[in-house]
Amino acid sequence: MKIDSINNGIVIDHITAGRGMELYRLLGLDSLDCSVALIRNTASRKMGKKDIIKIDADIPVSFDVIGYVDPGITVNVIRGGVIAEKRTIELPATLTGVIKCKNPRCITTVEQELDHVFKLVDRETKTYRCIYCEAKAE
Amino acid sequence: MKSLIDILDLSTEEIDSLVDTALDIIASPAKYAEKCRGKKLATLFFEPSTRTRLSFEAAMMELGGNVIGFSEASSSSATKGESVADTAKVISCYADIIAMRHPKEGAPLVASMNASIPVINAGDGGHNHPTQTLADLLTIRREKGHFDNLTVGFCGDLKFGRTVHSLINALSRYTGVKFVLISPDELKLPGYVIRDVIEKNGLPYVETRSLEEVMPELDILYMTRVQGERFFSEEEYLRLRDSYILDTEKLKGAKEDLVIMHPLPRVNEISVAVDRDPRACYFKQVLNGKYVRMALILKLLTEAGTI
Repeated sequence: MKIDSINNGIVIDHITAGRGMELYRLLGLDSLDCSVALIRNTASRKMGKKDIIKIDADIPVSFDVIGYVDPGITVNVIRGGVIAEKRTIELPATLTGVIKCKNPRCITTVEQELDHVFKLVDRETKTYRCIYCEAKAE
Repeated sequence: MKSLIDILDLSTEEIDSLVDTALDIIASPAKYAEKCRGKKLATLFFEPSTRTRLSFEAAMMELGGNVIGFSEASSSSATKGESVADTAKVISCYADIIAMRHPKEGAPLVASMNASIPVINAGDGGHNHPTQTLADLLTIRREKGHFDNLTVGFCGDLKFGRTVHSLINALSRYTGVKFVLISPDELKLPGYVIRDVIEKNGLPYVETRSLEEVMPELDILYMTRVQGERFFSEEEYLRLRDSYILDTEKLKGAKEDLVIMHPLPRVNEISVAVDRDPRACYFKQVLNGKYVRMALILKLLTEAGTI
């Protein structure tokens, strides 16, 4: 399968095979006008199989979302056909506006304008808790 | 701006210092009678809690300060749809410090993020109630003289009792503390409190259903109310309820210097006859609550540069 290389844009590489679609949705890529390629289960020397997303535009992407969904992903920013910036994304310490608190007793359920903010409390178990009510992220 | 939202906002040194200030207030009240003259405490109680509110108000008045506020959401701008953030900004223009009670968890944190004055969490739903924990700690210090090397029994509803979780959190930072967790299976201490607090600090604990069995080893017995609505059936509740009622009979095997505590209000989980036992400290806890709130108001206003 051949996907054209991009001149100016973003390549999200080393996505765990099968997680590409989730990331695609969470990053809101379905609403973009530019070309977006989601490549699933492509061969990877390091991972065996992996997913890749190529976005044919230099748009701002949320590194928090990427790190939360699949830490270890590489984000390459392409400018003029070459890699201008390369970032390996780790689990973010704080998540703002990425996941919603589902605790019905949390203040965020009644105050709609409040940002839903979660803090990483255990890196090993990837546990995030709401900063307001301390409910565990589901 | 320093506020008190969670008991863990305070280091053990800060807790020790607050307790020392409270003890000094008890010893020399006149020294503190004018400390907050001209300052105002706003008690923002979005749900009624007469005892906690009056404790805060009495504390501020005994420091020579004044009190403004409301005692239920219906008499506040919340009924008009004002957000907690806006309320905090507005009250910051009127008062020097806020004590807030709110039914939603995290509301006092939102207030503290938006206020320009210190905010004290006076209870946010079933989440935190740090000044109750401070009252508990002052009581333990006054009765036992220290926090280390104590065997502390918690009895009753350990699942939903926020005062239990907070006190376990606070005591877990001291050495040699052993926890004895006495409850029916339905109301056991949540696994995350055991895992993230007790085990993480390497402290020993035992879980049991029998109060009588463990009574002889306890230095502190912290009673809580077993509420009928927590059970799946009325039958189950009635079967278990009496096992967790403290009476003079159950106290027979207890240490002479046991300290019996309860966050109150009590319904029937401590027999009235126990009130006459010198080991009953739950009304002393109420008084200690006022003293430690005085110490806390002083600390926060001093740190804010208000006094």
